[in-house]
Amino acid sequence: MSFMQVQDLKVHYPIRGGFFNTVVDHVFAVDGVTMEFERGKTYGLVGESGSGKSTTGKAMIGLEKITTGKIIYEGQEVTNQRRNRDSAYNRDIQMIFQDSHSSMNPRKRVLDILAEPIRNFMKLSPQEERKRINELLAIVGMSEDVLLKYPHEFSGGQKQRLGIARAVACNPKMIIADEPVSALDLSVQAQVLNFMKEIQEQYGISYLFISHDLGVVRHMCDHISIMYKGRFVETGKREDIYSNPQHIYTNRLLSAIPNIEPETRLERKIERQKVEAIYQQEQHKYYDEQGKVYPLKAISESHKVAMAGTEKGGL
Amino acid sequence: MGFVSTKELLTIRNLRTSFRIKDTFYPAVDDVSLTLRKNEILAIVGESGCGKSTLATSIVGLHNSIHTKVEGEILYNNQNLANLTEVQFNKLRGNDIGFIFQDPLSALNPLMRIGEQIAEGLIYHTKLNKKQREARVLELLEQVGISNASRVANQFPHQLSGGMRQRVMIAIALSGKPAIIVADEPTTALDVTIQAQILDLLKSLQDEIQSGIILITHDLGVVAEIADRVAVMYAGEIIEEAPVIELFRNPKHPYTRSLLNSIPQTHSENEKLEIIQGMVPSLMKLPREGCRFSSRVPWLDESVHEKNPKLHEVGPGHLVRCTCWQHFYFEDKEGSVNG
Repeated sequence: MSFMQVQDLKVHYPIRGGFFNTVVDHVFAVDGVTMEFERGKTYGLVGESGSGKSTTGKAMIGLEKITTGKIIYEGQEVTNQRRNRDSAYNRDIQMIFQDSHSSMNPRKRVLDILAEPIRNFMKLSPQEERKRINELLAIVGMSEDVLLKYPHEFSGGQKQRLGIARAVACNPKMIIADEPVSALDLSVQAQVLNFMKEIQEQYGISYLFISHDLGVVRHMCDHISIMYKGRFVETGKREDIYSNPQHIYTNRLLSAIPNIEPETRLERKIERQKVEAIYQQEQHKYYDEQGKVYPLKAISESHKVAMAGTEKGGL
Repeated sequence: MGFVSTKELLTIRNLRTSFRIKDTFYPAVDDVSLTLRKNEILAIVGESGCGKSTLATSIVGLHNSIHTKVEGEILYNNQNLANLTEVQFNKLRGNDIGFIFQDPLSALNPLMRIGEQIAEGLIYHTKLNKKQREARVLELLEQVGISNASRVANQFPHQLSGGMRQRVMIAIALSGKPAIIVADEPTTALDVTIQAQILDLLKSLQDEIQSGIILITHDLGVVAEIADRVAVMYAGEIIEEAPVIELFRNPKHPYTRSLLNSIPQTHSENEKLEIIQGMVPSLMKLPREGCRFSSRVPWLDESVHEKNPKLHEVGPGHLVRCTCWQHFYFEDKEGSVNG
C-alpha cells in the first residue's frame, strides 16, 4: 500500500504585466501531476529542462507553494502546511540537492551541518547527538576527523555524500533526490548511486529520483514517469517504459540517448531521425490544441499513457 | 563519408602546459603527443581535472603567458603554435582554428546581436563588405539548421534557447571555414534530444567542410556516437589511444576498463556499479614518477607497473601506457588475471 499520495498537483506562477502590474497570465510549471509512493521503491521523474520535474519535487517538500492539488501523507493532508518542527511530514520527507556545495552553509562545519536536522527533529542529549553523527558518517563511509572541516574542503563526491548523510539523519521515509549525480564524474557517480541503493536496502527508504539521464534512471528506478510541459506523458514500471513505450515523446527521448556501442551508431542515427520526423509530423495527434499533454489513460495495470479521448494512438 | 585521409593536420609533440602556483609550475598536461588528421573526429575523454580542457585551450593559445607555461610542439602548417605571439595567433584563431565553448551563454556577448557576433570574425579575417558579410551570416545560420535566420540574426543571446545558442556558437566557429575545430564539451549543457541534434549537425557539417575536429568530452556515450579515434586522459597524461570501436570492444588500460564498467547499463539493473577506489590526485600532489594510476588500483602488486610508463602499441593504432594492464583484474573477481 502506498503511504503517500500526490493528487492533481499544480504549481502555477503568475506573470505580471500591464499598467497596474496585474496578473496577465500564468506559467503552468506543474499542471496536474498524480503519483503514489510505496515503501522502499524508487520513483523516477524524467524530463527535459523546463518540464517541471524539479518544481514537482520542490512543491512536494514545501519549497514551492502549491496552487491546487493535495499531498496526503499517511492519511493526513499536508498540502502547503507551515513548516514546523513537530510535523512528522517535514521530518520524514527529506531532500538531496543537485549542487551539494550551494546547499550547505559555507560557514558551518560538517558537525553543525549534520546536527541541524537532528536538533530540529529529534530531542537528543549532546552525547547522543554526537553518537548519531558518528553513525551517519559511518553510513556514508567517512572518518570522524571530517567533523571539524568546512564544506569547501571536500570534493564533489564527498560533498554529495555529506548531503545524503544529512538527508538520512532523521530516519526519513522518503528522500527527494533532485539530480543527485548530474554534477559528478562517472566513477564518482557510480559511488553515489551504489551508496544510495545500499541505504535504501538497509532502511527501506523510498526515493523520488529526479533526473534527465535516462541511463541512470533505468539503473535506479522501479517506476518511471516521463514529464513534458508540467504533465506526465507516460508513467509505468521500468519495463513498461523501456520495452513498450507508447507515447511519441517517450520514443523520441529514448532514441536520443547515446549508447556506448559505436558499431551500431549509424543504424541508431537513422532510427533517431525517423522518430524525429514522425514526431514533427504527428505531434498534433499527441497534444491538444494548446500544445498540452492529454490526460493519462491506463493501458495496463501499471502502465499509463497520455492520449486523446477515443483514439488509441501509439507507434 | 567516413573517409579519413592520412594527411596529418595537426601534430602535437610532447606538449606540457604548466600552471604557476606560488612560483612553482605544475604541469596539468604532461608530455602529450597526438595527431589530428583531415576529416577526422578525435575525442579526448577524461574526468574533471585530467587536463583535457587545458589541452584544448593550449591548442588555441588561450593561456596567459605569465601564469602558464606551454612547452613542446603544436605543429600546424609548419608553424609551432606554442611559440606564436598573440598577434600571430589572432590571424589563425577564428580563421584556421575554430573553437566551440561548453557554455554558449557565457561565451556569447549578451549586449551584441547574434548577427554582429558572427560577423566579428568575418570583419577581422575577410575582405567582405557589409552587405556580403550580412549575406554570409545568414548563410552560416542556415547551415547550422536555424530556419528563420534573418530574425535570429537580429536577436540577443538571451532570447534563444540553449540548443539555438549552441548552434550560433557552431556558426561562429565555422565562419572562417576552419581546418581544425576544437569543441570543448559542446553538448554537456544540453538535453539529450538537443544533444543528438547538435552531434548530428557537427557530423554532417564535417562531411561538408572536411575539417578535423578535436572533441573534448567526459561523456563516453557522446564519444561512441560520433568519434573516429579516442584518447583517454588521466592526471594530465594520455593513458590509452585507439580507434573508437577498438576502444569500446577491447579496452586495455585499467582506467578505461573501470570507466566503461561504471556506466549504468541495461544488463546492470539492480546490480552494483563498478567504482574506482580513491580520488584523482591534485595537481600539486601528483606523483611525477611511476604509473599515475597505481594509487587507484592498490590491490595490484607494485612490480606490475613500469618505472617510467610509456605508451606501448598493442594493436594497429592502439596505444596503452604502462604495462599494468596485462596484470589487471577487477578487485572483487579475485584471481582472474586478465579477466
